[in-house]
Amino acid sequence: MKSILRWWCAATLLALAAPALAALSIFATVPEWGALAEELGGDKVKVYVATNALQDPHHVEAKPSLISRARNADLVIATGAELEIGWLPLVVQQAGNPKIQPGKPGYFEAASFVTMLEKPTRLDRADGDVHPGGNPHIQTDPRNILRVAAPLTARLVELDPANAAFYQERGKAFAERFGNAIANWEKQAAALKGVPILVQHKAFTYLIAWLGMIEVAALEPKPGVEPTTAWLSEVLALLQRQPARMVIRAAYQSDRASLWIAERAKINAVALPFTVGGTAEAKDLYGLFDDTIARLRKGAQ
Amino acid sequence: MSIPILTRSAFALALLIAADVHAATDADLAEIRDQIRQLKDSYEARIQALEQRLKDAESRPSVAGPIPAAATTPAAPAVASAAPAPASGISAFNPAISAVLQGAYANLSQDPNKYALAGFAPSGDIVPAKRSFNIAESELNLSANVDDKFYGNLILSLSPDNTVAVEEAYGLYTAAPYGIAPKFGRFLSSIGYLNDQHQHAWDFYDAPLVYQAFLGGQYQNNGLQVKWIAPTEEFLEFGAEVGSGESFPGNSRNKNGTGNGIVYVHAGGDVGASNSWRAGLSYLQTAARDREYSQPDIAGNDAQVAFTGRSRIAIADFVWKWAPNGNAQETNFKVQGEYFWRRESGDLTYDANNALGLAQTGGYRSDQNGFYVQGVYQFMPNWRIGARYDWLNPGSVDYGTNGVYFGATSFNPQRTAVMLDWTPSEFSRFRVQYQQAKLRPDVTDNEIFVQYILTLGAHGAHKF
Repeated sequence: MKSILRWWCAATLLALAAPALAALSIFATVPEWGALAEELGGDKVKVYVATNALQDPHHVEAKPSLISRARNADLVIATGAELEIGWLPLVVQQAGNPKIQPGKPGYFEAASFVTMLEKPTRLDRADGDVHPGGNPHIQTDPRNILRVAAPLTARLVELDPANAAFYQERGKAFAERFGNAIANWEKQAAALKGVPILVQHKAFTYLIAWLGMIEVAALEPKPGVEPTTAWLSEVLALLQRQPARMVIRAAYQSDRASLWIAERAKINAVALPFTVGGTAEAKDLYGLFDDTIARLRKGAQ
Repeated sequence: MSIPILTRSAFALALLIAADVHAATDADLAEIRDQIRQLKDSYEARIQALEQRLKDAESRPSVAGPIPAAATTPAAPAVASAAPAPASGISAFNPAISAVLQGAYANLSQDPNKYALAGFAPSGDIVPAKRSFNIAESELNLSANVDDKFYGNLILSLSPDNTVAVEEAYGLYTAAPYGIAPKFGRFLSSIGYLNDQHQHAWDFYDAPLVYQAFLGGQYQNNGLQVKWIAPTEEFLEFGAEVGSGESFPGNSRNKNGTGNGIVYVHAGGDVGASNSWRAGLSYLQTAARDREYSQPDIAGNDAQVAFTGRSRIAIADFVWKWAPNGNAQETNFKVQGEYFWRRESGDLTYDANNALGLAQTGGYRSDQNGFYVQGVYQFMPNWRIGARYDWLNPGSVDYGTNGVYFGATSFNPQRTAVMLDWTPSEFSRFRVQYQQAKLRPDVTDNEIFVQYILTLGAHGAHKF
């Protein structure tokens, strides 16, 4: 009995002491926000990324490992706009961590700092996997990442005021460097303006809007609904009237539908990294857009 | 653009504060705070002005969609708070509502009215289905945060016989620190793996035999639950529950205090990016007073018997899931199994209603166990196949002085099932299941179920 008591005391003390020792512990739902948190927080933050670039972010399970990581987190960075609705509410609820409950400073949703596109005018599941808040794949436009960086810096400052100056300095440096990079990417992508393309899933709305490309059609008949041969044939017929230069998909998606249409329409099928880690080149946020633009340029030729 | 200058001065000020903060007096601090507030106000005003300009710039040329690439200045991050004002009115705080509609067509070669697990005390309503077309339980789910400290969930189950049951009605204290999650009310106990999952989330039409035999389907608890998640990187969860103990194998005993005690531990984690697992050990102790049921005796009479005594159940469970790179969208595989053991000790009254005029009470002690194991493979998007094997061991039953009426049985009820399901979206599923059940000696039941599950309303989240 005594030894059990001693063990409990030790465990409790450990539990109380652990958060004080570590750096700011961040739980990022998707790789892009993990990468951004690392850019802004440097060695003052410890980032755990809940999913990888080869996972479909719509379909993630509330795995035990996610619950244990959320339990120890000081800050959850989510995309929001219901991207994580299938798992994050459950993880946050089961984690027993009052710091990261929605509404608390430890819960950050990137989508609330961005102008959302494709907000549905009607909400009906007959339209597929629609998100009431708009298309949640905001990270495909780097300007959105910049928009999120400022409030995220403020949040880091709020949660860890001892390192306020550090975060502000890094935030400013990031804004400058990333801002210049965006100008550069825009220059590199100038030729992509007006290029008609197909998308497999409506995952690149923000990228397309940023670069001024034209989305001719999506291979999914409804968002989140698997392409059918009948629908693909319709898309193929549409291409006769409205040709597209390439079909793009995210790294996590199966290449079946893309290759099917690319072969028949004689266009390029391009896999984009979609987020950090989606390709070998997309090692960080800079690599993500370097590689995205390079692949698009190649695909447009 | 004056923003960079502004940020720079804010940064300089912050540096000053950081360097000076220890020496500052309260008056100094108040002054600094005031300055910061002023700075913030002017900063926000500037951002708003900038935003407005940006909006104007964006709206002017956007006759047909895409924003021209050069419309915004990349060096100026606009902190847009574009969220519209939430809907007002009395409905604005309505909870999330969802409903689950279920039904099945059942083709059973044996009469479902004679459904029983040989060697096991009847545990309540465990008959999988009536023959022909059925609707199964429909579920109505309401949930919302109550306030800043509590979350509430009500799940009503509407039975095909037009009765309403409260499946779950619990509050959850969300403000507890240190990984503690207290729950109270009526809830599905977190023993085992499948117990706290709702029927519509199961991978097969019906419950495993161990759940039917030992828990009467699912163990519902009216009481308190406290879970604690250890502050480790690997998942380690300890839980304890107390409650009224009314659910089978206990019953309502009209007594103060607690009627059951439950403890469990769950561990889990990932192996690489593609595998994740969870395993658990659970222990339940409860009691019954005059739990009456009918049981055929040696002479072939259906004798009414009554059990009074303690019931203890231990469960070992595991689940392993595989998906290439963690992406379950294309293909994935899931294997799970649970082992149950139960000991009941106390008194058994033979002929409890004295219908045969032979009422007598003697000692009773049983040691029984069983397991199931199942695998489900998604071989292409939206399509899964699965197989399950169930086995029960009636073990040893000591009837004491009632041994003259009841013989020992060594028959092992078992069942083998295969299923195929189609899940066109997260909100609908159709399933065909075939199983061969040998639940009583010399009786084989060939069962076919065609089932649908439709979910409407708020997007729920499924447990691992």
